[in-house]
Amino acid sequence: MENQSTASAAVLAVHGISKEVSSPEGTLTILDDVSFEVRAGESVAIVGPSGAGKSTLLALLAGLDLPTCGHVVLNGANLSSLDEDGRAIVRAEHVGFVFQSFHLVPSLNALENVMLPLELAGGEDARKASGDIINKVGLSDRWSHYPAQLSGGEKQRVAIARAFATEPAVLFADEPTGNLDSRTGANIMELMFDLNRSSSTTLVLVTHDLSLAERCDRVISLDGGKLVSDTKSAA
Amino acid sequence: MKSLRFALRSFGRELRSGEVLVLLAAVALAVAALTAVGFLTDRIGKAVARQANEVLAADLRLRSQEPIPASWSEMAQGYGLQTAETTTFPSVVFAGDLSALATIKAVSDTYPLRGNVRIAEQLFGEQITVEHTPAQGEVWADGALLARVNADIGDRLLVGNLELEVTAVLTYRPDQSMGFASLAPSLLMNIDDIPASGLIIEGSRVGYALLVAGNEDAVNEFDATIQPELPDAVRSSNREESSERAYRAADRAQRFLSLTAIIALLLSAVAVAMSARRFAHRRMDTVALMKSLGATQGFVIAVSIVQLVLLGILGVAVGSAVGFAAEKTLTMVLADLIASDLPPVGPMPVVLASGSALVLLVGFALPSLIQLRNTPPLRVLRHDAMPPAPSRILVAGLSLAAVAALLYRSVGDAQMLVILLGGIIVIAAALYMVGRALVATMGRFRSGVGVAWRYGLANVARRGRDSAVQVVAFGLGLTVLLLLTIVRTDLLDGWRQTLDENAPNHFMINIQPQERESVADIYRSAGVEPPEFMPLVRARMSTINGISVKDREYPDPGGRWMANREANLSYAARLSSSNEILEGEWWPEDYDGPPLISVEEEAAVETGLVLGDTLVFNVAGREVEATIASIRKINWDSFQPNFFMVFSPGALDGMPTTYISSLRLAPEERPVLVDLVRKHPSISVIDLDAILQQVRGIVQKASLAVQAVFVFTLAAGIAVLFAAVQSTIDERRFESAMLRALGARKRIVFSGVMAEFAALGAAAGVLASAGASILAAIVAVRLFELPYEFNPWLWIAGVGAGIFVVCISGYIAARSAVNAAPVDVLRAA
Repeated sequence: MENQSTASAAVLAVHGISKEVSSPEGTLTILDDVSFEVRAGESVAIVGPSGAGKSTLLALLAGLDLPTCGHVVLNGANLSSLDEDGRAIVRAEHVGFVFQSFHLVPSLNALENVMLPLELAGGEDARKASGDIINKVGLSDRWSHYPAQLSGGEKQRVAIARAFATEPAVLFADEPTGNLDSRTGANIMELMFDLNRSSSTTLVLVTHDLSLAERCDRVISLDGGKLVSDTKSAA
Repeated sequence: MKSLRFALRSFGRELRSGEVLVLLAAVALAVAALTAVGFLTDRIGKAVARQANEVLAADLRLRSQEPIPASWSEMAQGYGLQTAETTTFPSVVFAGDLSALATIKAVSDTYPLRGNVRIAEQLFGEQITVEHTPAQGEVWADGALLARVNADIGDRLLVGNLELEVTAVLTYRPDQSMGFASLAPSLLMNIDDIPASGLIIEGSRVGYALLVAGNEDAVNEFDATIQPELPDAVRSSNREESSERAYRAADRAQRFLSLTAIIALLLSAVAVAMSARRFAHRRMDTVALMKSLGATQGFVIAVSIVQLVLLGILGVAVGSAVGFAAEKTLTMVLADLIASDLPPVGPMPVVLASGSALVLLVGFALPSLIQLRNTPPLRVLRHDAMPPAPSRILVAGLSLAAVAALLYRSVGDAQMLVILLGGIIVIAAALYMVGRALVATMGRFRSGVGVAWRYGLANVARRGRDSAVQVVAFGLGLTVLLLLTIVRTDLLDGWRQTLDENAPNHFMINIQPQERESVADIYRSAGVEPPEFMPLVRARMSTINGISVKDREYPDPGGRWMANREANLSYAARLSSSNEILEGEWWPEDYDGPPLISVEEEAAVETGLVLGDTLVFNVAGREVEATIASIRKINWDSFQPNFFMVFSPGALDGMPTTYISSLRLAPEERPVLVDLVRKHPSISVIDLDAILQQVRGIVQKASLAVQAVFVFTLAAGIAVLFAAVQSTIDERRFESAMLRALGARKRIVFSGVMAEFAALGAAAGVLASAGASILAAIVAVRLFELPYEFNPWLWIAGVGAGIFVVCISGYIAARSAVNAAPVDVLRAA
């Protein structure tokens, strides 16, 4: 299971991370000594039943939260050694997100939502770059609509466009089809894999849809907070 | 730079999407309401002060026993001020064989600078207001003086070496003394006739005065400059016994105006606080997202602050436009009320209101916005991840400091500030606790009620802290509105009643002891109830606790004047109904021990007198020593004859005594006065109607102003309630969509929402009624010196209004939430 690939090729390295939270019943271990590496350009699916710790792992990988022990190295940066702002800067430079519940800003229209990360990074030509990518996700006639005026599939397209707008090294996707019907979900995944290939982004996808997971290069299975298997997919 | 650009851009977008409209509206409304209120209080306050200044016939009066140096008047003119000069002295005037003592008032042609002289064309005839003064060679004489010398209009009076023609009956001059120093009726003449009259010679008892009026700042500047140069004998006059009533009325009017201004400010504060809270809450998700996309804490703070500033600027722009329009409209509508010759207010109210609104915005919104930087980015994955609540001390401290600073600026009255701020804090705390208790108990009732109520009550309970905060906001809004209602009705009525229509409108002075019976008979024969006569003994104070009044130190310059002037003493067995003992005790009715004295409160303070001090008075060459036994407060509104110094019975026996009296005469009873002054030419009758009118004018202006302000504060109050409901609108939209998706009819959902608001409104109403009653009682007694009676209707109105207003604003705000198609709402989530 230990992957001995070179440091330069590993865009994401997870070293023995655990996450514990205190609850009225005592300390709960949500993740227990998980280690793996992901190479640049790889697509990895993280699967497992509800409560296996998938979303917690994703939050730790992206530096949205810190592990209780162990550490995550993202594109050469040890996230545990950075403060919140440091982790934010790493995300700004190297990370894109697609969420199950889309997380579009309701007061911004589709185009502006896509521009958001570019503007946060201080990009000069946010509007043009965003316009291009909006076209790529097939929303050229919907760019001026607000999230409330878009269907679920359209919202997720906007979210994907936003995730790819900064050309991130790693794209984290949390159940991106979880709120969509199967047909729309399939279309969305098609789009995501296409973009992933064309921009050689590393993709880390949390899902419990095994058919979706099988389209990734690797499938990492979690159960009860432990990593139970890490297999190359047939695809 | 990056954050500024980003903030600018995203603010424009939020504006377009309507996200920030509620907070923007709250800020704009605050600016508009405060502008209008500030404008009104400034205008009307100045009009009232000016009316009170009429008793000086000027804004400032310098009086001296020596001629006023021309340089003083030149100096005043140098400040752009108007001036007038008067010379006043007693002199005997002759008409044929008859003669009478008159108070001669010689005036320059600019007199009076404030107020107007009124004359009549026949004795006790219709008064007319004139804008000029007697020409050279003419005089206007008091009716009593004409009666005494049996003269009429057109006759000539011998004044010194001059024969002057009577061209009018003088019925009123603004500075006619209500004190008893000027026993003799007035004669108004031209100051340029004085040299030729030969009346002023070495040793004459002459009072010279320089009257000054004009721009308030210039007057103050002139006063400050000239004060150090004034010799001791010169008294720069603001108030005196005679004008006490008008000043007190003006002072109270100002307090009413301040109070309404404060209420407007408090309501604006609550409205801004509620909408700022919602604004910060709504930004939480966006901040979490921005942070997950790589925004740093510094960036988040910078963006929040820039947006807050932009919001403030925009709110101020919109609010001041509305406020400015309101100001212009008010000037037109209230043209009579707002003296048109006052200098324009200019942009000051707008500037102050804008500043206040910005301070409120910063005070209430900044702590929550700064706290947003700590929103965990994890919130994008787990919605229950919240930023730690901002430090309560910081929030409370900053917002309280903001409100207190603004209040202090607008009130400048520490006592009123402490009462109101303290009261509001206590009420807010009580509201919060009751809110929590309500939340805790509501849940228990829900099994016994229908589905709508169950849903509503469950909502109250579930929203926990939010419900409690809503109770606080509703309750505070209602409290200040109720307080304003009380001020507007009960307090103003109380004040009006103190000036009841039966207040005496005539004073008679200089009644000799043996004349009392005859005077009473004259009234009786005219069908008028004869008045009570009160003794008056003229004296000079010589020592206080054995120290000469000339050598003593006084806490206030007024005290030196008070101690050194000729004093009017009286004695009484019973305390006058218009007096109240503050310290010490009034003597028993049958007291016949060593002389005691009761001193008026302010006279005691200014002169530095306390209980037990020994005063010696010189009465016509005899000394009377008395010990201070009590300090009294006088209700000047009563228009009863009142004295700074009252002795115990018997103390002044055998001293030269005259009597004074006051009574109320209806217009048709006035001719009795002609009879009276003809039979008793030495008695002076002073017509108080003029000053009564002046005071009533002030009360009326204050009432109108308070009512006008009420309209604006009411708008702010409704905004508070609206903002409180708006702060939960998102949740409501989602919930009602969900309920309707589950098959609930709109009516059920609505009833549920109404049930929730009715419960909140009732709780807030009960507390607001209690709070407003207590605050009003304190305000009435402590600040306005008016009696206050608890009004049961207030409670009914408070609770009723609580339920009604909260339900109505709830209905308006929640209507869109309930009516929205469930699919749209659920989809947008």
